[in-house]
Formats: sequence, structure tokens, C-alpha cells
Amino acid sequence: MSSIKDKEKQTKPAVSRRGFLGGASVGGGLLATSLAVQEADAQAAGKLSGLGEVAITLNINGKPTNLAVEPRVTLLDALRHKLDLTGAKRVCDRGTCGACTIMVNGKTVYGCSVLAIDAVGKQIATIESLGGPGKLHPVSAAFVKHDAQQCGYCTPGFVMAAKAFLDKNPNPTREQVQKGLSGNICRCGTYVGMREAVLEASRSMRNA
Amino acid sequence: MPEYSWPPMNKRAVMGKSFDRLDGPQKASGRAKYSSDLNKPGQLFGVFLHSPHAHAKVKSIDISAAKAMEGVTAVRIIAGPGAELQWAGAEVAIVSAVREEIAKDAIRAIKVDYEILPHVVQEQDLSKVGSRAKAAGEQVTGDPDKAFKEAAAVIDGQYGCPVITHCCLEPHGNVVQWTGGTVNLWPSTQAVSSIGGDLAKQLEIPATDVKVQMDHVGGGFGSKFPSDRWGSEGAKLSKESGGRPVKVYLDRSNELTIGGVRPSAFAKIKVGANADGKIIAWQSESWASGGVGGGGMPPIPYVMTKIENFRLNHTAVSLNAGPARAWRAPNHPQASFLTCSALEDLAAKLNMDPWDLFHKNVEMSARPEVYRKQLVKAAELMDWKKKWHPRGAETGNIRRGVGLGMATWGGAGHASKCKVSINADGTIEVEIGSQDIGTGTRTCITQVAAETFGLPMSAVRVKLGDNAFPASGPSGGSTTIGGVSSSTRKAAVNALEKLFERVSPGLGVPADQLEAVDNKIQQKGNPAKGLTWKQACQKLGVDRISEMGENVPAQAAKEGLNTLGAAGIQMAEVEVDVETGIVRMRKMVAVQDCGLVVNPKTAASQVYGACIMSICSGLMEERVMDRVTGHVLNDDMEFYKLAGMGDIGEIVVHMDITPENDKRGIIGLGEPCAIGGLAAIANAAANALGVRVPMVPLTPDRVLAALSSDRRNA
Repeated sequence: MSSIKDKEKQTKPAVSRRGFLGGASVGGGLLATSLAVQEADAQAAGKLSGLGEVAITLNINGKPTNLAVEPRVTLLDALRHKLDLTGAKRVCDRGTCGACTIMVNGKTVYGCSVLAIDAVGKQIATIESLGGPGKLHPVSAAFVKHDAQQCGYCTPGFVMAAKAFLDKNPNPTREQVQKGLSGNICRCGTYVGMREAVLEASRSMRNA
Repeated sequence: MPEYSWPPMNKRAVMGKSFDRLDGPQKASGRAKYSSDLNKPGQLFGVFLHSPHAHAKVKSIDISAAKAMEGVTAVRIIAGPGAELQWAGAEVAIVSAVREEIAKDAIRAIKVDYEILPHVVQEQDLSKVGSRAKAAGEQVTGDPDKAFKEAAAVIDGQYGCPVITHCCLEPHGNVVQWTGGTVNLWPSTQAVSSIGGDLAKQLEIPATDVKVQMDHVGGGFGSKFPSDRWGSEGAKLSKESGGRPVKVYLDRSNELTIGGVRPSAFAKIKVGANADGKIIAWQSESWASGGVGGGGMPPIPYVMTKIENFRLNHTAVSLNAGPARAWRAPNHPQASFLTCSALEDLAAKLNMDPWDLFHKNVEMSARPEVYRKQLVKAAELMDWKKKWHPRGAETGNIRRGVGLGMATWGGAGHASKCKVSINADGTIEVEIGSQDIGTGTRTCITQVAAETFGLPMSAVRVKLGDNAFPASGPSGGSTTIGGVSSSTRKAAVNALEKLFERVSPGLGVPADQLEAVDNKIQQKGNPAKGLTWKQACQKLGVDRISEMGENVPAQAAKEGLNTLGAAGIQMAEVEVDVETGIVRMRKMVAVQDCGLVVNPKTAASQVYGACIMSICSGLMEERVMDRVTGHVLNDDMEFYKLAGMGDIGEIVVHMDITPENDKRGIIGLGEPCAIGGLAAIANAAANALGVRVPMVPLTPDRVLAALSSDRRNA
């Protein structure tokens, strides 16, 4: 687990009844709250099954998006299963590998380690907010040029982590790049290309 | 007989040049859709119940509560009463539900009564595995006992590398739909053309009833060939749920537990040499496990196979742990590690530079000249002669050392069929039942077709990942690039000949006197007499030309399009902190033998990646089993450790791309580069520390234990 990822999320307690009620009531409005209470009460009564979804609105890539999720669903699963935003990948599913890296309120977070209901009212940005294949973001373009991907499953997470890193560190050294991207893991072994890609992206973004 | 052979190196415009991988923009923008990304209309989620016991019999199983849950569409028993489960994580039952969360709840509602049986999950100490050991027969050549007596130096060492997993980032699984007669399978596989037939057998339906489609796969490394339970059980769930598609993927814990492993390898090795370093005797007692079926037998002595006197014994150990699957160069990294470690120890005993000992003894390999050249090149890139020092020369708290490892692999092309079409608008379509597992297969096929037609890459569209296309082999054993390039070349040449026949009368040039170069069809060597490619294709009218090509492995060597035999030398430089036991990479050098390299850029990426995978297995990667519970203790990515970007040091890749090698034809590269790095790292640590750390990965505890044992012995 990287120490440079969102501190706020790390200090939050794990899923608890109080935790998700609080999250839902702050952002979800009255309806969501009452549904959440019903669901929570149902769970407290030992009824773990059932269609216990709550309606929430998430602000994703600049657009308010309505969806229904169970309170226990992670932001990553909500994006992937409910909204077909599948750039962020589910790999370790416990905040280690970075394949699900997205931005919440301008900070990188592991989407697998945030509940969807806790993201209500926040600005969520996924890799789909960056340019597509026809109009690549400079980070994505540098990844292609330096062949910083093989199977490509870790790539969207790395691209998001690299973009966020460069936003804060526009002119990094190689060592800073290595430290800054230490919260992500690649299995195919594409780090050599990645190091070059991030350094090149920093140059092209500064010159843009 | 058409002329299929590759154009000479200096005449090629596209093949042999570096191109960015064509699916790179899709992947780097997060738009590439892997099968695990699919959200099909009406899609259900399938979740397995896995055995909590390493060895048990199912006494009874009650799925009624799970079945009754709202949102559950089907529950299937996989291991019914009486079924014996041989490892923790084995599939017991499976549930489909409208949401993944509900399916998980339902799994928890299944009641299973197990009869727990004794298990064995650790094999490092062979004396403790009891009846689980199964010895292969002894092999003896020459007179090893006599040779050891005559040897000037003999070493006796014990070495080991543990089971590691594939840890594919996209876990094993699939989306599958069984409607009426047809099964649609969207897998995560290395075998698009054969997985459908596998699934058909499991479901007892005709192979033609299974349609397979896959655009991308998030890592396989040898673990994704067969149709597994997620395919067959997923299909049955779909059928029982009215034909709705079902998505079944392992979670990380189960991926690391049952998704496939590389067998361990341990050996007690005795090697004897003359005073000049020539190896004259070898004796080894090796053992290994890759699960219940035992384990792979590492081919030792590795590379130096012509040692005159040897005695080999191997024991397979059956463990109650997830089964082995092919892992990049099956058995070779282990064999290279065991052999090269023993040889490095032998060099130390002789007070020789191991480079000299290896250089002398590659005489006993199949390709001495290649290895000698590679040793020279690698030493130059590593600055070996300056960096190597005798053991014990480093005495500070931070000690550096260098080591080397060797590799050999086949890599001839697999059976492959391909269809190439020329459209009237001048575009080219290639259809092939292959897959791009991240090696750049799409890009390389495009290059072969573009080269053959004298066209730019943009004129060619490659369609793969579908079993409706002509069958092409699985991506394993470094066989893909040779297979698909050869079948594509032949189909393209066949199609081009048809086009030549069409335009020949109009041009007044016999078809066999035509060539396709630079967007033109022209009389050979005469640009004045020809047509542009577009003009030529317009003569097709509403027609199109479609031709097949096939690579038949038995004929391939004769044709010269692809062949086998890739040697390799890798070197490592490490730095060890003797107070903490932490080993860090400073530099790796890979000198890689090859044939005709279609795309040097993606080929080099394979080698860089293999070096990094070697760093993982050399320094941190290991499946840890709990003796008491029989569970994988580190079934997550926090404790199943892989290298991060800051762990790799400098990596230098040298591909032996030469006119002589080019003439050999295409040779696969995925495995040979994934072999020598482990030995190189282990040997570099021995050189740095002055003492052998017998087991990899070189974790701090092992390094400190080796140092402390050395002090006690001194």
C-alpha cells in the first residue's frame, strides 16, 4: 500500500452501519437515507439477502449520474457494473495494486477502497475523462510511444496515477517518478517503458 | 509453388522495423474491453463456493437456503457428497444471481459438512513429506563416482526455489451465455481457437456450437489455456437461468490459490571439475511440487548437457495445493537456477571467475559458439571484468556483486491457419483465430501483411480473437509469432498471386514477373511498368480476393519461415545491506539470441518484462503455505510481493539481431528471456555476500541466516 495515496480515505473506518448511514445521508438526500435505514435495519435483523439497493447520484467525469447500489458496494464496482465505466480494473480489490486508480476531489484514490455511497457529493474522475484513442492524453500517448504496456490491464490505473502525479510534480526526476508511482503494480514488467513515458509526458505537458 | 520466403533483411520496409503496438491507444486510454469488462444485457454474476480445507471429503451439502434467496437464479453443486477435495480453494458449488453481492451472500448460505482428511502442503524438507514423495528412476551416464574421485575440486550444495503463482492481473474467468443450441463464450484465454472445443467437450455439445470472442487478455503467462470450471459451470448456470449471460471471475484470493502456479524446485547438487575448471562429474537429487500431481522435473544439468559422467535422481512431491500450470518457460527457470548456482559455487571453490568457468564449459552445450559470443557481449554491457571480485572481497555493510545465468528454448511456430483478403478499395483484411496476449501479435501480423503487399500498416486490418476465424494455435511456448507470421505470409502471398493474375493481361507482364512494392504493382525492378495498388485493386470490381495460408510445424523448418533455438545470457548486479539483509537490484543485462525479429520494439518489451519477472521471483515472490490450515497465507497482492517501479534498477537489453540470425527465420521470444535472470540474481548475491543464500527469493531473513551460518562455520 502506498503512503502517497489519499490519506483521508485511509483514516476512515472500515464499513460500519454508522459509516454508511452517514455517507448516504450527507449526499443522498432524504429518500436515499430512508432506504438506507430500511436496508440497514434489515441487515441488523439478520436478513442479509434481498434487493437492498439505494438510489444515489454520483458526479462522474463532470456529469451527475443516477444509480442504485447496495451500501456495501465499492465505487469501483459501481463504476464497472452499474455504469459500464470499465477503464478502472478490479485486480487486488484491497488497495494494493492501483489498477483501479481514479480521482476523487482531485486526489488519487483506489476505487476498490471507497464505498460508492461515500463518494456522493464528490467530484469523481475516471480514465474515461481523459482523451480516447483518437485524441490521447499526453500521458496515454507517451505510454504508447514507449511501449509501457503489454497485457494492458494495469495501464489505466498507471495512466491515472501518472497524470495525477504530474499535475502535482510537473518536472520530476526519474527517482521522483519511481516513488510517485510506487502505489501501482504491473505484472508483465513494463516499468522501463513507463519511466520513460512519464518523463516524456512531463516534458510534453510543460511545453503544451 | 509460390515463393513464400521472407524478403532479405535489407529489402524489407516494414518487418524488422519498430512500430508502436496497434492496440496501445485503446489500452492506454482505458477503452480496451477485456472480457472481464463486459456488461451484457441481463448479465448475471456467478460466484464459487471454494473448499476451506486443504484435503477433505464432502459428507453433505445443503443449498436450499441459497436457492431460496431473492435474486438468486441458479445454484449448482460441483462437489457432491463423497467428492474428495484435494486443495483449499477447490470449487464446491456455484451460484448465479442478479448482483454479485447477492451471489456472495448465497454462497455463505450454503451448508457443507466436510470430513477433514490429512494434508501436506510443504515440500521444502523432503524428509517430512512421507508417502507423498514419488521417486523417478535413477539415470546414470559414465562413471560419476570415479570422476568425482579424480576431480580437483568438488562442491556439494543445496538450492531451492519455491512455488510462485502467475498472478495474472485479469483473474481467470469468463462471461458465458448458453441460449438454445449455442454457447457464447467471452473468455480470458491464451487459446481462442481451442478453448471452444474444450468447453464443448465439458458440456457434451458439438464443438461448432461454441462461439468464442475475446479482444484482449489481461495476462496469462501460461495459465490460461483450458476451458475451466468457470466456463462449464458458468454455461450451465446460464442455461438454468433462462439463457442469461453469466460473468464468473475469481477474486484475488482464489486467483492466487487456484489460478495456477509454477512448480517449486529443490536439489542437492554435487559437481566435480578438473583444476582448469572443466566439469567432469554431476550428481543431483532434485525434488519439486506443483500440487497434487507432483511437479515438473527441471532439466538439469541445464544447457551443459554433455557432461560425461552424471547421476540424476528426481522425486515428485504431491501436495494439497492448487495445481501447476505452464508458467513462462516451464521448468527452465528452475533448471537454470539450480545449475548455474552450483556452477557459480564451483567457480568460487576453484578461485575462478565464474565467467571463465561458464565460458569454458559451454563447450558441453548444444551451441557453444553462440553462448561464447553472448558471454562476451553480456560482460561488455555489464562491465563484468571490472565489477566481478572473488568471494569475500566485499567487506563493508553494503556489498555489491555480479552473477550470470543461462537460457535455452525452442520457439518454433505452432500450427496456424490464416485468411487474407484483398478488397477492391485496396484495403487488406487478415482473419486469424489467434490472440494478442500483450506480446504485440496484432501488430506483428499487420507488419507481415503490409510487408508482403508493399503497403503501409494503415492499409491492413487484422481481425483476431474469434474462433470463427481460421484456427491458430494457443499462445504458449513462444510459438505464436512463428506460427501466425508464417500463415499470414503464405495467405498474403497466395492472395497477391491472384491479384497478379488479374492485372497481368492489362499490363502485358506475366504474373510471375510482377512484384508489389511501395504501394504499386509493377514489373520486377521496373517502376515504369506498373499500376498503383489502388488502380490494381479497382480491377476487382465488386469482387474480393480471399486466400488461405497455413503453417504446418513439420514442414516449417524446410520452408525457412520459422525455426527454433534461442540461447540467452543474463547478468545481474545487486547490492546487499548486510545489516538489514535487503537485496536491491543495481543492473540487469539480457543478451538475447533471436531469429528474424518482426517488431524489435515489442520484442524488446518481452525481454524487459522477463527481466522484471525474474527480479520478482529472485527477490520477493513466493507462495507461502500454512502447514496447519493448508491455506495460502499470502493470497493477496500486499503479501504476495511483486516488484514495483522502484525495485528494478537499470535494465539493458541486447537483441542479437544480425543478418545471419535473420536468415534463420522467425523464433519465438516469450520464454527464452524469462529463464536466466533468476540464476543471475542469486549468483550476484552470492558474489556480493561471499556466501551462498541457498533459497530464493532472497528475502532479508534468508540473507541474514546465510550470513550468520557462514560466521558460525568460520
